[in-house]
Amino acid sequence: MAATDIDVNYVAHLARLSLSPEEAQKFGAQLKSVLGYIEKLQEVDVNGIEPTAHAFPLINVTRPDEVRPSLDHAEALRNAPAQANGLFMVPKIVE
Amino acid sequence: MLNALTISELGKKLAAREVSAREATQACLDRIQQVDGRVRAFVSYDARDALAQAAAADQRLAAGERGPLLGVPLGIKDVISVKGQPLRCGSKILGQFVSPYDATVIQKLRAAGAVVFGRLNMDEFAMGSSTENSAFQTTGNPWDTSRIPGGSSGGSAAAVAADECVAALGSDTGGSIRQPAALCGCVGLKPSYGRVSRFGLVAFASSLDQIGSFTKQVRDAATMLEALSGVDPCDSTSVPQPVPHYATSLSGEVKGLRLGLAKEYMVGGLNPEVRLAMDAAVNQLVKLGAELVEISLPHTDYAVATYYIIATAEASANLARFDGIRYGARVEGADPTELYSKTRGAGFGPEVKRRILLGTYVLSSGYYDAYYIRAQKVRTLIRADFLKAFEKVDAIITPTSPTPAFKIGEKADDPLQMYLMDIFTISANLAGICGISVPCGFTPSPRLPIGLQLLGKPFGEETILRVAHAYEQATAWHKEKPPLS
Repeated sequence: MAATDIDVNYVAHLARLSLSPEEAQKFGAQLKSVLGYIEKLQEVDVNGIEPTAHAFPLINVTRPDEVRPSLDHAEALRNAPAQANGLFMVPKIVE
Repeated sequence: MLNALTISELGKKLAAREVSAREATQACLDRIQQVDGRVRAFVSYDARDALAQAAAADQRLAAGERGPLLGVPLGIKDVISVKGQPLRCGSKILGQFVSPYDATVIQKLRAAGAVVFGRLNMDEFAMGSSTENSAFQTTGNPWDTSRIPGGSSGGSAAAVAADECVAALGSDTGGSIRQPAALCGCVGLKPSYGRVSRFGLVAFASSLDQIGSFTKQVRDAATMLEALSGVDPCDSTSVPQPVPHYATSLSGEVKGLRLGLAKEYMVGGLNPEVRLAMDAAVNQLVKLGAELVEISLPHTDYAVATYYIIATAEASANLARFDGIRYGARVEGADPTELYSKTRGAGFGPEVKRRILLGTYVLSSGYYDAYYIRAQKVRTLIRADFLKAFEKVDAIITPTSPTPAFKIGEKADDPLQMYLMDIFTISANLAGICGISVPCGFTPSPRLPIGLQLLGKPFGEETILRVAHAYEQATAWHKEKPPLS
């Protein structure tokens, strides 16, 4: 794994993040330096070590499956950038 | 000046009905008028709402109710939902977002009768160590407004240090409470992972984030922690541990307590003045009867790298929700993908973009095992280092930040140097343990605050509060006020 092969425009596409050519160039250089630093983790012997996803894992946290009050329709739509007929407006998805 | 009081001082006056919550709140609002043009801690505040809450608190006091937070004005970091108030996380992408509900911590503070007001400035989405990444304004350190207040909760730290509120809420993912508290000269507590509900906290890195307090003294940190803690059905990572009466642990005694000094923390990069203050603080605690034990945290050198993989990976997933569909700003596009990309490209600032890119990269096909899974394994080793150390010691003592507050703009274009500012704080989040920063001195010229960090076992807040309080009682650093007038 070479740390210097980050293709910023490909990663930006994966992240749905448009970048200007200047940003792509600048972030590419900065990320290479950060990745170069991160590379030091390759020195650590992690054989037989389990990954930690949470420092205090709780297993199977459940609650009763009951209907409870929640945001009403108007409140849920209150911050929408575009709405009509009580729905979020989005660009056409299906022809 | 009521705004300059601690929670316990103001609480006594309110309980004795010597002063009203309305007067205390007005004092904070006046102080904001007086100094916030220079400090720039508040992104916005709703004076009418604050005074209405204060009037309600005064009614409860008049009816005979008493409580340590009843009528006390508290500032809130702009990452925690307060119903009917703006929530923007220091970002343009949230547009004119207004919170539809209260975070659990806000519900608890309201129940306790606190006046929760103001939106305190922060690095965008809590990503940063200087608050320079806010899309709205640069906050000045009250001790020297040409310097950064630390971050990401820089607004909270500066507001408390400048007496614009009595205490404040912040969030800490890698040091975002403790580091600005150190740099502004106040007390900052990051509780153990799971101690405080994050429901209503905008998520940055879900396995690391915790809500905590900024206060003017350790006793207030104990009061705040008791009010904020507890299991919450709305946050399945909150832990069903009993909530102690934390103030009881403030005995003033450290005799017989074992304090760990990690040899790995005493290496290069540590500012000599910070080192001197730290050594003096250690000597003070020994004088008070604490026992020093040298410990080793062998994976310390890997903590920053581990953190920047795990935190960015989680952030890249958490911030996917900001897509211009259901809330916030939107830039239109011909199809949904174009809309998402343009919205996010226009809405996020440079540091957030860098971290989303890094996080997306370490999670992407071909790199997931080499970066992300490996970092999670190193995290296991870092956590094990701490748990092993805590078999020998009751708390670990470190500087909070390797340097005092630097000049605004000094590190703005060098992300890696900025990340290394977090060297003493990020391990606590990886390990899920608790930590507190208390004032422990000043650099001579310019006069800037220095912080001492105490790290405790998971759910060991009582011990670190006890040590921090005993140290504070023996020193006067926390009583000094910045030269703002």
